[in-house]
Amino acid sequence: MTDQLTDIALRIRKHIVALAADSPGAHVGGSMSATEILTSLYFGGVLNVDPANPGWKERDYLIFSKGHSSAALYAALAEKGFFPVEELKTYKQPGSRLPGHPSKTVPGVELSTGSLGHGLPVAVGLAMGMKHDGDPNRVFVVLGDGECQEGSIWEAAMAAAHYGLDNLVAIVDRNGFQEDGPTEDVMAIEPFADKWRAFGWAVIGVDGHDVNSVTEALRHIDHWRAAGRPAVLIARTSKGHGLSFTSNTHTWHYGKFTAEQRAQAMEELELEAVAAS
Amino acid sequence: MTTVLEPSVEPAETLAADIPGTPEWIAAQGLGAVETSRLAQLHAARRDPRIFSLEGDLGDWGGPAFQAEFPDRFRDMGIAEANLIGTAAGLALGGKVSFVNTFGSFALMRACEQVRLDVAYHRTNVKIAGSFTGIGAAFSGPTHHCGEDLAIARVLPGMTVLAPADSVAAYHLTAIAARTEGPFYLRLGLEPTPQVYDETATFTVGGANVLREGTDLTLIAAGLNSVASALRAADLLAAQGLRVRVVDLYSIKPVNREVIVESARRTGLIVTVEEHSVHGGVGSTVAEVVAEEAPVPVRKLGLADEFSHEMCSYDDHLRRNGLDPEGIARAAVDSFRRWK
Repeated sequence: MTDQLTDIALRIRKHIVALAADSPGAHVGGSMSATEILTSLYFGGVLNVDPANPGWKERDYLIFSKGHSSAALYAALAEKGFFPVEELKTYKQPGSRLPGHPSKTVPGVELSTGSLGHGLPVAVGLAMGMKHDGDPNRVFVVLGDGECQEGSIWEAAMAAAHYGLDNLVAIVDRNGFQEDGPTEDVMAIEPFADKWRAFGWAVIGVDGHDVNSVTEALRHIDHWRAAGRPAVLIARTSKGHGLSFTSNTHTWHYGKFTAEQRAQAMEELELEAVAAS
Repeated sequence: MTTVLEPSVEPAETLAADIPGTPEWIAAQGLGAVETSRLAQLHAARRDPRIFSLEGDLGDWGGPAFQAEFPDRFRDMGIAEANLIGTAAGLALGGKVSFVNTFGSFALMRACEQVRLDVAYHRTNVKIAGSFTGIGAAFSGPTHHCGEDLAIARVLPGMTVLAPADSVAAYHLTAIAARTEGPFYLRLGLEPTPQVYDETATFTVGGANVLREGTDLTLIAAGLNSVASALRAADLLAAQGLRVRVVDLYSIKPVNREVIVESARRTGLIVTVEEHSVHGGVGSTVAEVVAEEAPVPVRKLGLADEFSHEMCSYDDHLRRNGLDPEGIARAAVDSFRRWK
């Protein structure tokens, strides 16, 4: 399972590289940092979804609130079979159905995101309705750490705990950077885990690039929390993870790869693949 | 064309029967548009199990009745409007119909972007019942005045914008919102206001009611007090020999272009009346249609383009802005002399 997940994560990274080279540009940093999170959700036996039937009533919902990282989301959805992998080539091209920020018109995308701070409140509403109906579906929401500077996130965090939404799971891609620099320099969010705890959430920390750890944590999320509490997984990641020149910097928050950078990136990912096998 | 939410389809006569009694009953109960809207929400919720009522800490004239009858479909989301709107949209995405009861200004200004994206862009079944609109909260000062909501709501793609003229209209328009697909903004007020309609009144999305026929000029009004004041102004004008057409343009978006064009052609002069900024609301809507299809003079009466700092009563606010019947009549005569 682990090897298989690592392999999928590598494939997603290659898609991100291709998108950042062949399109007008992509949010490389946040896409690379969210890769293992998405891999675990879609391929680690976490999300109950049916790519052949995206609107299946009994599915789990994934709200991808950090919509800037659409390259990673589209790559994961394509690999999962929601739409053909070849379609990724149309990313941000005229006539494409894959805009820079995820649109609900894309199969598998539950909510159009990109304007930050929207995902958690909407997830609260979804979870509230399902809990009311006694539905077994769960709602997962992937948040960026910079995004957690939005007040609406904490309004929603407060409401989720108040209404005991234990069918709601947030995963924060805690890569430590936002567009202007390290989150702690731009607008400090630490002590981050304490904030969630203070808002009444069960908090789990995990190495966000250890795909096995993320998967384990998400698969056993119910063991981590008391009934009646929402849970948040804080995935420690590095921005731009996986490539020597994009890692741990905000420089590649967004950008377009040159042909040389594309070649170098693919080479590094090939070496990583060999090392992992 | 409006799409009806199937499970809640009800014959019109059943809806009319929902009002316990008549407009006189409503008047006797002292019910304002907010209360009859809540009543309509409650009645709709009895038929449609998908209906939720969310609100933002509104106190007693919030939803005690709804909460008492459907505690598990009522949610007080506290003082947090961005999350209030987002949650309503999430419920709707999952198949519910969300009524949001809060101040119009807080829904559409504080949470404007949530309304734009989570509600309008996603075309979710979120029905925003905005109270405290216009200048009704007179002594509360400019923080609680709301003369911008129509302009904001109507610029949002796909948003249906309805402004009832009285509590009967508020009941009907809320019922329509409950059974019609898509996002709605309902402009409600604060206090009980004069009645315009009786039990024979009918309303539709995109409709308008011609309340009085005339050939000299048309008063096109929308909203609480404004329509009633326009009717009283028409009486004053009749005494001066002017035959005035009066239109209640309660559906501001989609707007009934035909009734506006017909008014322009038939009377050659239009005066609009609204308890909203003269920018972006009813007057602007009418002027846009007239400019495109039947150019005639349009005089816009509404709240002046300024914040009202001075402490004064609701009636005085209306008077100062020329929105009392006498002010409307004066402006109408003035416009008539100027243009005809």
